[in-house]
Amino acid sequence: MNTNVPILEIKNLQACINENKILKSFNLTINKGEIHAIMGPNGSGKSTFSKVLAGHPAYDVLDGEILFKGKSIIDLEPEERSHLGLFLAFQYPIEIPGVSNEDFLRLAYNAKQAFLEKPEVDPIEFFSIITQKLELVDMSPTFLSRNVNEGFSGGEKKRNEILQMILLDSDVSILDETDSGLDIDALKIISKGINTFMNEDKAIILITHYQRLLDYVQPHYVHVMQNGKIIKTGNADLAKELEAKGYEWLK
Amino acid sequence: MSNQSNKILDTNLTKLVNQPYKYGFSTNIEKDIIDKGLNENVVRLISQKKNEPEFLLDFRLKAFKKWEKMECPSWAQLKFSEINYQDIIYYSAPKVKKKLKSLNEVDPELLETFEKLGISLTEQKRLTNVAVDAIFDSVSIATTFKEELAEYGVIFSSISEAIHDYPDLIKKYLGTVVPIGDNYFAALNSAVFTDGSFCYIPEDVKCPLELSTYFRINDQNSGQFERTLIVAEKNSQVSYLEGCTAPQYDTNQLHAAIVELVALENADIKYSTVQNWYAGNDLGKGGVYNFVTKRGLCAGANSKISWTQVETGSNITWKYPSCLLVGENSSGEFYSVALTNNYQQADTGSKMIHVGKNTRSRIVSKGISAGKSKNTYRGLVNIGNKAIGARNYSQCDSLLIGNTSNANTFPFISVQNSTAKIEHEASTSKIGEEQIFYFLQRGISIEKGIELMISGFCREVFTELPLEFAAEADRLLTLKLEGSVG
Repeated sequence: MNTNVPILEIKNLQACINENKILKSFNLTINKGEIHAIMGPNGSGKSTFSKVLAGHPAYDVLDGEILFKGKSIIDLEPEERSHLGLFLAFQYPIEIPGVSNEDFLRLAYNAKQAFLEKPEVDPIEFFSIITQKLELVDMSPTFLSRNVNEGFSGGEKKRNEILQMILLDSDVSILDETDSGLDIDALKIISKGINTFMNEDKAIILITHYQRLLDYVQPHYVHVMQNGKIIKTGNADLAKELEAKGYEWLK
Repeated sequence: MSNQSNKILDTNLTKLVNQPYKYGFSTNIEKDIIDKGLNENVVRLISQKKNEPEFLLDFRLKAFKKWEKMECPSWAQLKFSEINYQDIIYYSAPKVKKKLKSLNEVDPELLETFEKLGISLTEQKRLTNVAVDAIFDSVSIATTFKEELAEYGVIFSSISEAIHDYPDLIKKYLGTVVPIGDNYFAALNSAVFTDGSFCYIPEDVKCPLELSTYFRINDQNSGQFERTLIVAEKNSQVSYLEGCTAPQYDTNQLHAAIVELVALENADIKYSTVQNWYAGNDLGKGGVYNFVTKRGLCAGANSKISWTQVETGSNITWKYPSCLLVGENSSGEFYSVALTNNYQQADTGSKMIHVGKNTRSRIVSKGISAGKSKNTYRGLVNIGNKAIGARNYSQCDSLLIGNTSNANTFPFISVQNSTAKIEHEASTSKIGEEQIFYFLQRGISIEKGIELMISGFCREVFTELPLEFAAEADRLLTLKLEGSVG
């Protein structure tokens, strides 16, 4: 592991939506090769954090700084953050009627290619690229012709998110409750996908409510978020402790 | 979600949807016009200028008398200030000194105008498989591939020429599908129409080329009243396309056209429209008032008429391409994409009138509304008491972009026959900010994302367009809605 090469530094981040302040002095530094888990009760600001990081236009950043690979991204558009290698796996993946998964994935892939000044791939080339990735999340090629997330089961939607993360080869990936609503088999497939994808140059942030996922994807750090900031940080054992005691004991 | 994000989304969309109109230029050319205003003398003068036979003057005068007694319909979901019919020029023609023998004699200014519009009329550059009739204000400028088509017995000419060259055909069919007193705008058109296209496909002929008419309004104060008549004889087949543009003026131009189609036994007519009249500015000022009556008659057994339209322009669209299904086993189709933006208003749809046995019809309507526009589907499916075994399938989908646009659907179904089968499906969806954020997070630009969603939404209709124009239609919608493309 590259020790102490920060890939993401968040300093005193404060953000609101509709004049409702949700993030209050959020601080977090993540180094290359690290997996961080963020836990916390409902309404503590975990999903808000993920959306602010990705640049969702509904949120206003009031103060603070986000450095991604040493560069401030606070003024960048969501698509620019994506091109730089920031990925958000949605808690509730969006359905897009009339747009096939294959077209959607190819467009995303080619947008990244264009950003990297690499040639765009045609549908035939893309098909061979995507079929290899499909195996990693145990999905059949037939799902390419279906509309994006339309009529997908909960498990298929989440696998589709992981597939996109792998396809776009992002450097920092935030997985917002990717484990929720999954049966044990789907959880294993997704965990395997994440572990295969992870390497010493990347970082992953897992937002989760349950210890269950952390049994399969082992975090280096576990943070507890409450009331818009991180109130406690520990190692993987902290998650086990939370599972046993709940969040009340931290207060 | 939140007001905040809606605001941001709307700003983004507003930027996107407010692409400048590319065809807004006007051409300076010497014109022969009849002074503004409408009365019996003007009708006579039009007929005289066009040196028309007596029967046509009678046709016009009858129509004018009917029109005088009629009132502008008010049932549509449209709001517009009253049209002053005395403030419109009813005849405006580029001045020609003598009769044109070939394209080389056409005013270069005019050729250039059409060139700019992407419609090349000159021999070297014209589309190889599409014959074009180019109409500028009130008259037809040129018709390409006329001789080539004549070899197959196909008549393709301006309606003015056809009136002189084929008076019997015109007499037999003109006004048979849309009677002169059919509606207010049809009566007006019948009285003052100045040009248009005429096609006649003889028995057993499959027309070897796509036929196409390109309409251009140029004059600020002139109305365009064109008339198209297509007759397909037994076992014949034809595909026809019309395109339209107009310069950008801050006054409204009136366009009131009539299209009549007649399909005899086993004949097949496919009629496609890509309408891109000037829509007015982003405050709704200016733009074309488009009041059009289009109707096809499936007269013979097993005949088929299919309408496909892509409506993107005009300040106001009032248009219901319809099919009268008289022949046994005849079928009618209507595929439509109507896109409205800013303050545009569209009230459009179809009528399928089932008269004969085992007649079938299909309606697929896709309405997209953005900005503060209003988009209305209005349709009628009428199954008569003798239409044993008739079937209809209708599908009306609306897509809203942003939070200030408006979509309505008024399907009307009347069945007088217990053997009929009717299906109706409808949906309303919205391009929401979360979908757009999803695209953005995956690195896909807002333009590309919307393009992808729109083209997915319209796919069923675009596949019905002739190949050459499907790409054109896709491009047109892109141009209307997206920033980077086009």
